Amino acid sequence: MADLRSDFVGIKSPNPFWLASAPPTDKEYNVRRAYEAGWGGVVWKTLGSEGPPVVNVSGPRYGVIYGADRRVLGINNIELITDRPLEVNLREIKSVKRDYPDRALVVSLMVPCDEASWKAILPLVEETSADGVELNFGCPHGMAERGMGSAVGQVPEYIEMVTRWVKQNTRMPCIVKLTPNISDIRKPAEAAKRGGADAVSLINTINSITSVNLDEFAPEPMIDGMGTHGGYCGPAVKPIALNMVAEIARSEATRGLPISGIGGVTTWRDAAEFMALGAGNVQVCTAAMTYGFKVVQEMISGLSDYMDRKGMVSTSEIVGRAVPKVTDWQHLNLNYVTKAVINQDDCIKCGRCFAACEDTSHQAIAMDEDRTFTVKDEECVACNLCVDVCPVDCITMRELPKGETDPRTGRAVGDYANWTTHPNNPSSANFCGVRPAE
Amino acid sequence: MTNSQLTPGVVPGRLSPQEYSANFVDVAPRLSAHEASVAADRCYFCHDAPCMTACPTSIDIPLFIRQIATGTPEAAAKTILGQNILGGMCARVCPTETLCEGDCVRMESEGKPVEIGALQRFATDTLMAAGRHPFTRAARTDKSVAVVGAGPAGLAAAHRLAMKGHEVTIYDARLKPGGLNEFGIASYKAPENFASAEVEWLLQIGGITVVQNWQVGRVGDGTVTDLLAEYDAVFLGMGLSGVNALNLPGEELATPATDFIAELRQSDDLATLPIGRKVVVIGGGMTAVDAAVQAKLLGAETSTIVYRRSQGEMPASEHEQDHALGCNVRLICNAAPVAIHAVEGGLEVEFARTETTGAGLRKLDDTFRLKADQVFTAIGQTLGATPEELKLAGGKIAVDGAGRTSLARVWAGGDCAVGGEDLTVTAVAEGRDAAEDIHQFLMGE
Ligand SMILES: Cc1cc2nc3c(=O)[nH]c(=O)nc-3n(C[C@H](O)[C@H](O)[C@H](O)COP(=O)(O)OP(=O)(O)OC[C@H]3O[C@@H](n4cnc5c(N)ncnc54)[C@H](O)[C@@H]3O)c2cc1C
Ligand SMILES: Cc1cc2nc3c(=O)[nH]c(=O)nc-3n(C[C@H](O)[C@H](O)[C@H](O)COP(=O)(O)O)c2cc1C
Ligand code: SF4
Ligand code: SF4
Ligand code: SF4
Repeated sequence: MADLRSDFVGIKSPNPFWLASAPPTDKEYNVRRAYEAGWGGVVWKTLGSEGPPVVNVSGPRYGVIYGADRRVLGINNIELITDRPLEVNLREIKSVKRDYPDRALVVSLMVPCDEASWKAILPLVEETSADGVELNFGCPHGMAERGMGSAVGQVPEYIEMVTRWVKQNTRMPCIVKLTPNISDIRKPAEAAKRGGADAVSLINTINSITSVNLDEFAPEPMIDGMGTHGGYCGPAVKPIALNMVAEIARSEATRGLPISGIGGVTTWRDAAEFMALGAGNVQVCTAAMTYGFKVVQEMISGLSDYMDRKGMVSTSEIVGRAVPKVTDWQHLNLNYVTKAVINQDDCIKCGRCFAACEDTSHQAIAMDEDRTFTVKDEECVACNLCVDVCPVDCITMRELPKGETDPRTGRAVGDYANWTTHPNNPSSANFCGVRPAE
Repeated sequence: MTNSQLTPGVVPGRLSPQEYSANFVDVAPRLSAHEASVAADRCYFCHDAPCMTACPTSIDIPLFIRQIATGTPEAAAKTILGQNILGGMCARVCPTETLCEGDCVRMESEGKPVEIGALQRFATDTLMAAGRHPFTRAARTDKSVAVVGAGPAGLAAAHRLAMKGHEVTIYDARLKPGGLNEFGIASYKAPENFASAEVEWLLQIGGITVVQNWQVGRVGDGTVTDLLAEYDAVFLGMGLSGVNALNLPGEELATPATDFIAELRQSDDLATLPIGRKVVVIGGGMTAVDAAVQAKLLGAETSTIVYRRSQGEMPASEHEQDHALGCNVRLICNAAPVAIHAVEGGLEVEFARTETTGAGLRKLDDTFRLKADQVFTAIGQTLGATPEELKLAGGKIAVDGAGRTSLARVWAGGDCAVGGEDLTVTAVAEGRDAAEDIHQFLMGE
């Protein structure tokens, strides 16, 4: 069994799987059980300032998107930060940390955007012996209307300012949690770095309306006939999160800034993918909310099994390994040619590849009388749609070796060449057309 | 109750009331909404779907399943019923394993098809439970059509013709409409009087008059010629009202299985229905299986099907054979009856072992006798009397693709006509297609 121990900005945990700040980490009872189930760490549900806590709605707070067989693909929520008194949370944090010194325990914070508020809460957290703080600049609903959460996270200057206050007022490592509800994720990450953040974590939830009740004509979840936008999370958001993690990992300005990857992590494979794109560890919320704490056991066994197969001894061998392979479109090899190939032995003749290619792609699949489906190499542009829609995964892509003629274009496969030098590119030196007069 | 499974002879009341009702419940009860949504999610929405090609009525299966999956089972029902007005009965009685489900691509990938029949029932039951009839009649034409037989073929033809605006009169020899849906199908496939409820629902289209106890050719009723004088066209869907004879010594000691089943189907109290302690059924098709199984369910101690060829050659599908074996019916193959003997305390059926040679089936000298209290024959049904002018082919009414017979203005479909398997769904398809052709003919005039 591979060694899964993780050291994230000096915070040690037996594995890289942390529970994200959310209902699973809202109280001592949950966190103790999570640790017992095997979670390497938790980020405690976001704490607010001292005084009367926030109140949540008492009607439904979640909406959902299902896949086949009511499998949860995405959840949206209109929950606020913890609605339990600050002193209760702090007392519980202290008690749990005392009993589980080997597990990571980070405390998420969201207080008003003034230095005094941050100065007031940080010593109280330090006193619990927690391992670090995470600044919640992410939640897109409710708290944002009060000038907190994503209202801060959408303004890089505020992120920088608050991060600096925190760093000046505590010795604890500081992770800045980013909101995806912004057009360029690199900007808030750069601001966090300028403010002195030890790491960023992302993504928080995505602004969303999951569904509309067609009897009441109101968004779900519906509270007394009305609804509001909420934060979207779960497997459906993973692609968005992966891209944002990669953007930060490969950007000049933020390269090397530790990242805690969040957003739709459901299996060991999701975790490994986040890590390959630069995340030092991952945080999980929806998978635990859907299946319970036990899911971590599959993540642990799966990641360790994968590392054993690959002969890896430390998770650091995965972290960032795919980052150099993330590039801009213009650098992709335009002389790389593949063709779809259908494995006739495994094909069940459903015709989905045919419908997809015939109706919406390149009319490159032939269907004969006995429902045998074959790819017409002279038409196939290798778009991959047939591979994507085949229910039994029996279509693969064959790479044409250099020198072989592509029957579609009649040209032999050549050496690497990309758009920057392509004759059709008006800004390339080889441009074959007529440039508009200067 | 003094009788038991061991009481000798042919007696009623072998079981307790609880046993009767447990034995004759719905074999495949309706799916719950949850089960339906799980089952519907398995459909791949195939292109030019093989299941649809395999359905004799060409129901758009991927479409109706998608309609169930998206929470609109009544729209699904309309998709089904638009092609097959008896989609409710077909969902219960079609041998799906040899039709749509047999060709489902999921057979190829997992050996488990999408449960098309069960989903079809879910959709059609939902609509029928709401009491809705989803079709309306076109403007009235001045044409009228006589339909002979209120079985699946006749009902499908009548509904389609009425929908097109024609006036339809159905003439049926029995006292109740439905044909074999009412008098033949095994009771556990369509319990709770589904057949008659479905006919009532079908007739909601309007424009159809049903005349019962009127047999074409019977003195006092009328002939096809009479009908042609009164109507613009005639559709014959009279099924197969005769049965093949055994042509053996003692054959009068046996009963046609179809008579036994018809009596069973019409019984209000199964406990009053006499059944033998030892039952022997001669045959190998769906009727043989249904008779043997239902004899067993009525409390026969033993129920044995004896088929003259090998098990693999049985016309009853594998699924039906399994059902029979699961009900503890015994199956003897490669044995042909030679005589039925009345003996002390009951009957004995004498069989000869058989073998199949290049020249066909041959009886061997090796014989054996089976004790029986009741013997049923299920060796095929035959066409009843038809007008002499009507051309036959292989014992059935000769028709072209659209159901046209050799007589002008006369169409035929279902079991009485050549072509297709003798199944409810085939009868529906033929009735529907003949109706379309009749409509063309009437409107083209
Ligand atoms: C025991 C048994 C079990 C079966 N089980 C199944 C099954 O599980 N699944 C399946 O798909 N198929 C099954 N079948 C076959 C199916 O029932 C028939 O294929 C189907 O009913 C044929 O429909 P039809 O309309 O042609 O004839 P029928 O259903 O036979 O209807 C003919 C109608 O015409 C009437 N009629 C007959 N002669 C005259 C006349 N001279 N004048 C007026 N009316 C007349 C009859 O009273 C009857 O109502 C079974 C058949 C039998 C016998
Ligand atoms: C009900 C709910 C409440 C949440 N509350 C918080 C919170 O208080 N603080 C926070 O930083 N993130 C909060 N989140 C966001 C999660 O920590 C996490 O960033 C997000 O759900 C994406 O991860 P996932 O796809 O694994 O769920 C919440 C998420 C959910 C579903
Ligand atoms: S890769 Fe695209 S173009 Fe080629 S066969 Fe598949 S769907 Fe058609
Ligand atoms: S999608 Fe896959 S299984 Fe279906 S026909 Fe195409 S290759 Fe065969
Ligand atoms: S063959 Fe099976 S999977 Fe394909 S459309 Fe028909 S029921 Fe659905």
